[in-house]
Amino acid sequence: MKFINYLESITGVSVYPLISLLIFTSIFLLVCIYTFKQSKQTMEELKNIPLN
Amino acid sequence: MSNNLERFSYDNKIVKQFAFATALWALVGMLAGLLVSLQLVFPSLNFDLPQTTFGRTRPLHTNAVIFAFVGNGIFMGVYYSLQRLCKARMWSDKLSAIHFWGWQGIIVAAAVTLLSGFTTGKEYAELEWPIDIAITLVWVVFGLNMFMTILQRRERHLYVAIWFYIATWVTVAMLHIVNSFEMPVSLFKSYSWYAGVQDALVQWWYGHNAVAFFLTTPYLGLMYYFIPKAANRPVYSYRLSIIHFWALIFLYIWAGPHHLLYTSLPDWAQSLGTVFSVMLIAPSWGGMINGLLTLRGAWDRVREDVVLKFMVVAVTAYGMATFEGPMLSLKNVSAIAHYTDWIVAHVHVGALGWNGFLTFGVLYWLIPRMWRTNLYSKKLANWHFWIGTLGIILYAVPMYWAGWRHNEMLTQFTEDGRLQYQFLDMVNGMQGFYALRSLGGLLYVIGVVFMIVNIRKTIKQGNFLANEEAEAPALAKNYAIHGSEHWHRWIERRPVQMLVLSLVAVLIGGVIEMVPTFLIKSNIPTIASVKPYTPLELEGRDIYVREGCYTCHSQMIRPFRAETERYGEYSKAGEFIYDHPFQWGSKRTGPDLAREGAGNNKKGNAWHYNHMADPTSMSPSSIMPRYPWLHTDTIDIDLIPAKIRAMQKLGVPYSEGYDQIAVADLQKQAQIIYDDLKSQESQLLLGENGLQPNQEIIALIAYLQKLGRDLEVAPVANNQSSTK
Repeated sequence: MKFINYLESITGVSVYPLISLLIFTSIFLLVCIYTFKQSKQTMEELKNIPLN
Repeated sequence: MSNNLERFSYDNKIVKQFAFATALWALVGMLAGLLVSLQLVFPSLNFDLPQTTFGRTRPLHTNAVIFAFVGNGIFMGVYYSLQRLCKARMWSDKLSAIHFWGWQGIIVAAAVTLLSGFTTGKEYAELEWPIDIAITLVWVVFGLNMFMTILQRRERHLYVAIWFYIATWVTVAMLHIVNSFEMPVSLFKSYSWYAGVQDALVQWWYGHNAVAFFLTTPYLGLMYYFIPKAANRPVYSYRLSIIHFWALIFLYIWAGPHHLLYTSLPDWAQSLGTVFSVMLIAPSWGGMINGLLTLRGAWDRVREDVVLKFMVVAVTAYGMATFEGPMLSLKNVSAIAHYTDWIVAHVHVGALGWNGFLTFGVLYWLIPRMWRTNLYSKKLANWHFWIGTLGIILYAVPMYWAGWRHNEMLTQFTEDGRLQYQFLDMVNGMQGFYALRSLGGLLYVIGVVFMIVNIRKTIKQGNFLANEEAEAPALAKNYAIHGSEHWHRWIERRPVQMLVLSLVAVLIGGVIEMVPTFLIKSNIPTIASVKPYTPLELEGRDIYVREGCYTCHSQMIRPFRAETERYGEYSKAGEFIYDHPFQWGSKRTGPDLAREGAGNNKKGNAWHYNHMADPTSMSPSSIMPRYPWLHTDTIDIDLIPAKIRAMQKLGVPYSEGYDQIAVADLQKQAQIIYDDLKSQESQLLLGENGLQPNQEIIALIAYLQKLGRDLEVAPVANNQSSTK
């Protein structure tokens, strides 16, 4: 069964994968930006939580 | 932040209880595994009893190891680390106790019901509906206790391990509820809400994510807590752990369809599964690297410290399994490995290496601390490590080899284009590998016995600290943010928002995959000649499910020449629309049965009768168990009307009021098979009560003869030339 048969029957289906890709990419990018903008001191503080 | 120190104590009792439970169930689950593996070498070990036959002992093994051993291992680690990471005692000791005893009760109920043949027939979700409800309730108790503890914490930031625990909780809840939708017929019998292709998609969305969110994410949480503790140094990169977390939970949920490559699942869903599985390698290896590099500069200690040895091998096994997983998700590799022992090897590298060794490492670290003593014998623990490692190798290598050989033999053609080997030739070539695998399993179990002895001796020489005193300042009510802060720090302080975002992350993949497959029901091409099961066939199918035939036989012919030559026309989505549950299977220890009642595969009723009584009578050197009880036990016709009504509610088009005449129909069809068998009675391997028309074997034969038959008559039905 080809993808197209399923897609044709859903109204506005093309927006599904676009939305999901957008959500995934944006959150992934935001997480990356966030982590690399964090100060070294904060990261040291956080990663030492189990040892304190 | 307030300077007033608050005094409180950590609850070690609940950690102790879960630690004992995980050790006990490790032994039970692995001994069951050893029995299951030996049953393939020595079929007499099935003991000709329903409760001890492979189709029931194998689900017992998988459920015991996953939900009893690993489940209790998760709770042990979570209850220990969560309290310390939150600087708070568990919110309610009572809920902790309800969780512990509830979970153990579920395990015992699971063991009893599975061996009694009460099963939904869906792998790793075999438990019947009352137990499913109990699991939901106990899971809610666990979640409530966990969240309340997090909410009353004294550490503002939620350490990354806790994110993994939260994601685990919310995703397992979602998976369990969605996959367990079923229509009850009686207290211990139900039918899956979904049918055929849809059932398969939901099942492997669940099945794959049970691996992801029960066997992986909680253990990653444990890794992020216990490796730094054991190595006494912080995790290598906290930045990497944040990316690891979000990328992993986002990607994992999409990967389920890689279990269904080349099946009747729509192509697009298969492709999605493959793409996301390949992408998964990035976060998985990010996590592995983060775990291993935590030990940078401390590798000399790994030589000395048995806890670190276990943890290093565990994380390495995780890396191996998560490299292999994406490779197996490629269609060309899956074509070779699917249905073979390769998958069994892959699974056990994960279970024995990753889950097993991490649990053992945590136990060896925890027990001396909670009992305020040293480990009784480092030497014995080292023996455990080496014998366990050898066990894993002896398990995995023969299974990889067996998997490869399975595929090689079954895809060989002679020069004149015929299949070179019978299925049984391949089975007989497996015995040596199966025996070696059992030896590997035995070594691994011996290692676990060493551990239990060591733990027991350690406990005897120590003094248990039930309530560990601690103190920490309370969290200030009004948290002042100094300067600007990033949005992620905001989430890291808010467990409820973290839960919601995790749920959104995991919902996306499931929704995108399932919605089109469900909404566009009409696009699963129906085949006019595919008819609902007759009452007798339905009863036979229930027996097929009850006896766990799917643990060895698939019902899904892939579109390969080697398969269509052997089993017949490849399987179509429209063939399974009345299959509640689907029975495609995942392993071929025996041949595919999708067209057992059609074409060249079709055998007479007497063949099936004798084959089920003693498989070697029809297939010499077969390793299939005997099923003598089917030849004496009688069909339970009281439930037939309820079963028909349940099927009608699920959309199977039986005519109105059919439930009232179903029993008569059943008896009529049984009489036909009975008469046929009766005419050959002298050749039958009769049971104690001789041949009767109401015996279970009659129903099972009716079902086996139905398999593939509808498609065979398709051309006849289309041109209306016959009313046969």
